[in-house]
Amino acid sequence: MSASNMQHPPGGEGSHPWVRYVALVLVALVMLYPLIWLIGASFKSNSEIFTEVGFWPQRFDFSAYAKGWKTSTEYTFATYFLNSFLITIPRIIVTVISCVLVAYAFARFEFWGRKLLFSIMVGTMMLPLIVLRLPQYLVFRELGWLDSYLPLIVPSAFATDTFFIFMLVQFLKGIPRDMEEAAQIDGCNALQLLWHIIVPLLKPAIVSVIVFQFIWTMNDFMGPLIYLASVEKYPVSLALKMSIGATEEVEWANVIAISVVALIPSVVVFFAAQKHFIEGATSSGVKG
Amino acid sequence: MYENKRLGFLFVLPFVLGVLLFKLFPFVMSFALSFTQYDLIDPPQYVGLENYRELAFSDPLFRKSLGVTLLFAVLAVPLRVGFALFIAHVLNFRLRGINFFRAAFYLPSILGGSIAVAVLWRFIFAKNGLVNLLMTQVGLEPIAWLADEHYSMWTIVLLFTWQFGSAMVIFLAALQNVPASLYEAAECDGASKLQQFWNITVPLITPVIFFNMIMQMVHAFQEFNGPYMITEGGPLSSTYVLALYIYDQSFRFFNLGYGAALSWVLFALVASLSAISFWSSRYWVFYAGEKEPRK
Repeated sequence: MSASNMQHPPGGEGSHPWVRYVALVLVALVMLYPLIWLIGASFKSNSEIFTEVGFWPQRFDFSAYAKGWKTSTEYTFATYFLNSFLITIPRIIVTVISCVLVAYAFARFEFWGRKLLFSIMVGTMMLPLIVLRLPQYLVFRELGWLDSYLPLIVPSAFATDTFFIFMLVQFLKGIPRDMEEAAQIDGCNALQLLWHIIVPLLKPAIVSVIVFQFIWTMNDFMGPLIYLASVEKYPVSLALKMSIGATEEVEWANVIAISVVALIPSVVVFFAAQKHFIEGATSSGVKG
Repeated sequence: MYENKRLGFLFVLPFVLGVLLFKLFPFVMSFALSFTQYDLIDPPQYVGLENYRELAFSDPLFRKSLGVTLLFAVLAVPLRVGFALFIAHVLNFRLRGINFFRAAFYLPSILGGSIAVAVLWRFIFAKNGLVNLLMTQVGLEPIAWLADEHYSMWTIVLLFTWQFGSAMVIFLAALQNVPASLYEAAECDGASKLQQFWNITVPLITPVIFFNMIMQMVHAFQEFNGPYMITEGGPLSSTYVLALYIYDQSFRFFNLGYGAALSWVLFALVASLSAISFWSSRYWVFYAGEKEPRK
């Protein structure tokens, strides 16, 4: 759906548009204030955090960042960030390759069982993943993959993130086939066609796949929690959880500072690709 | 070339293997496991319906957890979907800066699943965290959000509701397809904005409301990070959702058979609720294409 043929109800004439603005700004403020306040709090002292409602800290103190970054383990957050990227980047690559291939097949080719497979794909999007966790764990245990990144990456190479296939199929269906037909007459084979015609056309959708997969993989907590045992392999999410550790006596200032740092990659990626991203989410409309 | 069935199948092969290996096989295996007793050390032992009998008749924690999960879904899903629809409706008028607001409301949806946000939540609902500081400033009694079993549920419900952005963008797209002429006609007949919302907007987007309800329900029943990180299931198991119980039984106590049985109960619950929704949708979901074509 393109933004150009939007049809709006004739609002704004009779009523006061500023009422809506005030309402929207208020809601946005309430929603985003916790995040904004978090940034301010990361510069505050431990006592100021629990007494000050305001955003602005009394003085800018970066020591919480330094302490939080060092952690109480023998590794710094540099290690944990590196680990997160070691999981995320290969996973994005295999996701894009497998999902583009499969989406291409679903959107263009005719083959036996296509309809059935497509409904299976849509069906698995509604399957609670938690049912699969335990047996998947046992399978990876048999394979000797526990405490490695393989269980977090390899399934994506088999197009298991069906949400993306669905998104790409929807996108491809909206693209006319003229160029592909012309290329076929010129003697392109299927792979050449895919690489030279389909992939360039799919670029906006591929960007949203990359962004979604980046943020979800960075956020993923249960996967690493189940599969990883040694601290040196922890991604950021697990390391953050570890820094809270015992219920009481949390060094909040340090934890807060590191939480801010942990959110930075996702926020940057989100704002860089915001437009594509939201439209991708809209057209396929799944996942919360 | 596109008629080449073998080529098409070759391209779709990764998906077929993926479904078989990582979805279908584990799915069947977890069903089989649910009839066994298995602790990872000794081989699984067939016990028939013992696990199901135990959770049905002699496991008060399961009953508690089931109740908590249902309560969570009943509170959180309508709140999230309702908020999403309301904000989308307000955003759908000719407004400047719609892109800014859309991004601002969407941001929590993408960050909300992260551990960093769970940390933030735990921290703003702490005894003298931000929420209580604000409440005392306006003269309210502070609440022990995380320590009082009557309020703990609300912290995770609020976290879930806060992430209404993804449902909102779907509503927004649907609202933009409602023909403006309908509103103009209603305006001529003197219908108020509220009447227009209930009598034009809502009936026309029931398929999307339905879709969002189902998807959000599936998410709500699997909510894990919030209860795990913020309340740790407590106090007094008041936020001990099934996902947490399944995790504990499977990966902490290594009662794998029992964990599998629990997860199948969760699956049956989600599947039957979806089935009921699909059945009921005949009576309240209106598809424009059914009675007369749109164009």
